[in-house]
Amino acid sequence: MSINRFAPPAAIFRHVVLLTTGTLILIPFVWMVSLSVKPPGEIFREHFSLWPEHFYGIANYTKALTSSSLPHYMLNGVIVCTMILALQIAVCAPAAYALAKLNFPGRNLILGMVLIALILPREVLSLPLFILGYHLGILNTYAALIFPYVVSPFGIFLFRQFFKTIPDDVVHAARLDGLSELAIVWKIMVPMALPAIIAFAIFSVVGHWNSLFWPLIAVRDQNFMPPPLGIMAFKNEEAGNDYGPLMAASTIVVGPLIIAFLSAQRWFVDGLSGAAVK
Amino acid sequence: MGSVTSIVEKRNQASKTPKRNTGRVASSSERRRHRMLEIAASWLLAGPALVLLIVLFFLPVLGVFAIALTDWQFGASSLAFVGLSNFREVFADEGFRVSLANTILYVLIVVPGTIILGLVIALLIESGKSCRAFYRAVHFLPFMATLTAMAIAWEALLHPTIGLVNQTLAALGIPTANWLRDEATVLPVLAVIGIWQNLGYAMVLFLAGLKSIPRDLYDAADIDGADAWLDRLRTVTLPMLGPVTMFVFIVVALKAFETFDTVQVLTQGGPGHSSEMLLFTLYRESFEYLRTGYGASVAVVFLFIVVALTLIQACVMDKRVHYQ
Amino acid sequence: MSSIDFHEIEKSYGATPILKKVSLSIADGEFLTLLGPSGCGKSTLLRILAGLELQNAGTVLIGGRVVDGVRPKKRDAAMVFQSYALYPHMTVADNMSLPLRMRRLNAWQRLPLIGRLLPGTRGASQEIAAEVARTAEALGIDHLLTRKPGHLSGGQRQRVAVGRAMVRHPAVFLMDEPLSNLDAKLRVQMRAEIKELHQRLGVTFVYVTHDQAEAMTLSDRVAVMLDGELLQVAPPQEIYADPDDRRVAEFIGSPKINMIEGVVSAPGRVSVAGTTIASDIRADVGAHLTLGIRPEAFRLGAYSERGAISGTVRLIEHMGSDLYVHLDVAGVKQPVVARLLAERAASISIGHSLSLSVEPERVLYFGDDGRRIRAHDKPAKAAAALVRETA
Repeated sequence: MSINRFAPPAAIFRHVVLLTTGTLILIPFVWMVSLSVKPPGEIFREHFSLWPEHFYGIANYTKALTSSSLPHYMLNGVIVCTMILALQIAVCAPAAYALAKLNFPGRNLILGMVLIALILPREVLSLPLFILGYHLGILNTYAALIFPYVVSPFGIFLFRQFFKTIPDDVVHAARLDGLSELAIVWKIMVPMALPAIIAFAIFSVVGHWNSLFWPLIAVRDQNFMPPPLGIMAFKNEEAGNDYGPLMAASTIVVGPLIIAFLSAQRWFVDGLSGAAVK
Repeated sequence: MGSVTSIVEKRNQASKTPKRNTGRVASSSERRRHRMLEIAASWLLAGPALVLLIVLFFLPVLGVFAIALTDWQFGASSLAFVGLSNFREVFADEGFRVSLANTILYVLIVVPGTIILGLVIALLIESGKSCRAFYRAVHFLPFMATLTAMAIAWEALLHPTIGLVNQTLAALGIPTANWLRDEATVLPVLAVIGIWQNLGYAMVLFLAGLKSIPRDLYDAADIDGADAWLDRLRTVTLPMLGPVTMFVFIVVALKAFETFDTVQVLTQGGPGHSSEMLLFTLYRESFEYLRTGYGASVAVVFLFIVVALTLIQACVMDKRVHYQ
Repeated sequence: MSSIDFHEIEKSYGATPILKKVSLSIADGEFLTLLGPSGCGKSTLLRILAGLELQNAGTVLIGGRVVDGVRPKKRDAAMVFQSYALYPHMTVADNMSLPLRMRRLNAWQRLPLIGRLLPGTRGASQEIAAEVARTAEALGIDHLLTRKPGHLSGGQRQRVAVGRAMVRHPAVFLMDEPLSNLDAKLRVQMRAEIKELHQRLGVTFVYVTHDQAEAMTLSDRVAVMLDGELLQVAPPQEIYADPDDRRVAEFIGSPKINMIEGVVSAPGRVSVAGTTIASDIRADVGAHLTLGIRPEAFRLGAYSERGAISGTVRLIEHMGSDLYVHLDVAGVKQPVVARLLAERAASISIGHSLSLSVEPERVLYFGDDGRRIRAHDKPAKAAAALVRETA
């Protein structure tokens, strides 16, 4: 240990500050869960307590799950996120392989296009994409939620960076073994790039599970709403006054990602800050 | 580098052929055939992505410009070129100017707030060994939580009578406010939520940056006499975090410019226009009021801001902050 | 005065001991090299001396003053790092002036902008700039002062790192593998420059390396370390010719010393690899020994008064001036390597048998514990003196 390492008072200072900021950060979560288990009478009381006198959680959560289509929204979220991720990998991995390992005229042009697309904010494109969806007649379907995202410039870029670190000899050996180029992508590159794939999967799923902007535009039908849109609809229906079930619904929407995050922290941090290679 | 791989690949093609006809050197026509096959394979692999990039990114960008320069309305069958009149309308519109000003003010609060807090927290976490993963997880949590749902939790927190914030302030004898319904407080409150959401992201990037600082530099600073806390920070830590800071600055600025969820859920731009921001304006004009040309013009303005920020990053990164 | 004393230094990381009661005294103005394979604790010892790490037990003295717990900057020791550890955002001039600025300017004077306006800053800064310029000129890097480390070659960076250490005239110079990031040619050149620097400055140098050539060429004394222990501290010649320990003998020298098992067959006689060598070591008859024979201790051909080892030639390596001959000898596990004059090549061919003789006084004997067994238990210094005379 260096002589300059923190002395005990400094270590205590560190914990005090971090516990304070950490608590402040967690307050919205704690408040959300706290309200979600309180009966209406206690919510509207003038003084606050973290834990209710009468535990009302079961009633609130039951109401959140039954009086709205929350389970259906969650299912929509799972379907949409899975489809987007599967299509993104299917489209991006071969392209990334071609950009990383093959030499062909137009390669730099495509790479340039990927980098430009990486800068473009999706919201700017929403109007033409809406019109495109309208003309394809797919608005108000799962397809509307999925189609703008089937190609991810970030995915192509991330995979390309990772594929480039795989030695050329691996590709050559696979070719000599008689694998086709497509087989090399799926049987060699993708398995070897699994960390990048996982990082990208987390990035993609978290992004699309949480996204509100495009779903708001693309679907009006409750049957296709993903969770964020669904919870907004729930809030509007309940006129924002029935806090208990609303907070229960919020907790249910936020829950899966938080649990996944806490159980695979390292992967999430890498995946979401992996955007840093941008 | 590219030429090296191409040579390697060419060699490989040359070595592939003799595998079948041992002892014979591959003829040039065979080599050309292999080259054509490789090119065809490349285009087949990259083709779908390329087509989708064009359809989902490049044509829409052109589309936005086209709509912004014409009087086309959604559903109309005819259109005419109107030049910059949509933009004139946009910039003459008090509502848009307020929205732009709000967005800039919001960014000016969120970016420094996020960077400073993220940096301080990262430095504190890195300065000790205990509980690192715990603190990192706690501070990172908001970044991945569904903002729509968390906005609803924030609304409950900020509720004028039953919210924890006002209850706490009242208990301490500090004046309370109707945070989301007061023109003076609504934007700063949204900015606080923005900082709350993004500081974990900044923290994680700074932590990665701190990890990559060679330990030798701190040792050298110790020996050179820059061993006080502040001197180490000034001599080694902050300069070495330069590139990361630049990156965090741009990423957080972009995220701040793209703020939409909290406005949509909590304020709808109100009260008045006091919390209206660019992306919300874009959404409302394009999809609620169906003012297509106006919406497209806002989108173009937004696009220019984002591209400008990214270009600044690219230039400054290359010139100033990269030391190698 | 800048002698250095380590007294029973102990250091461990968790349960792993890094340094085991290391004691070492370094004289004022001496060039001492800590030599050992990676992980032997040599860098840790240097870092403890610099104050970058704290020992678990033991005392360090610099110039007779106990420096335990004294911060690095108060130790009057400068260090050159393996990675050079130059501040990449600062120019060469700023890198070199930092140690002086930190010492001569106070915290207020070092503030950007405001600092310049404070009394005394100007004068001190000019003085510092002049000293930096002088040092840079001495090192031949004065034309690089405005550049940043990223734009320098490896050798230039190395010089800047040396300059940064030199500029404050430290009493002790610490170097942690300073040449290992350079290519072979530059390494030899910089080696000579470091030697020259030591002679010019006349201060104490402590140099850490795993490269025996550097240790042998640069040092007044070499301290050989292994597994956290100091095996031997002696001048390079003595380390080579008169090692105290089997591990020292094996670590130093290339090609490696031959280690052959032997038995004391009669008083004054050691039987080894089918021959008998006259020896006046003190060991009981029947005792098992290991004989260490340097490749160059062999002579071609058998002489009656010397022990002769015969075997089959397995490999011949032409090294230009020398010839390394690998010999398979019955009863010896490893091939015996002999270094012979290149002119002898004509008389040697692979697969043929060859006899080598060895001068008895050039054979080193080691006991089962790896310690050296000396003839008549002669004091090491006398033996060294003998070696030096003959050398």
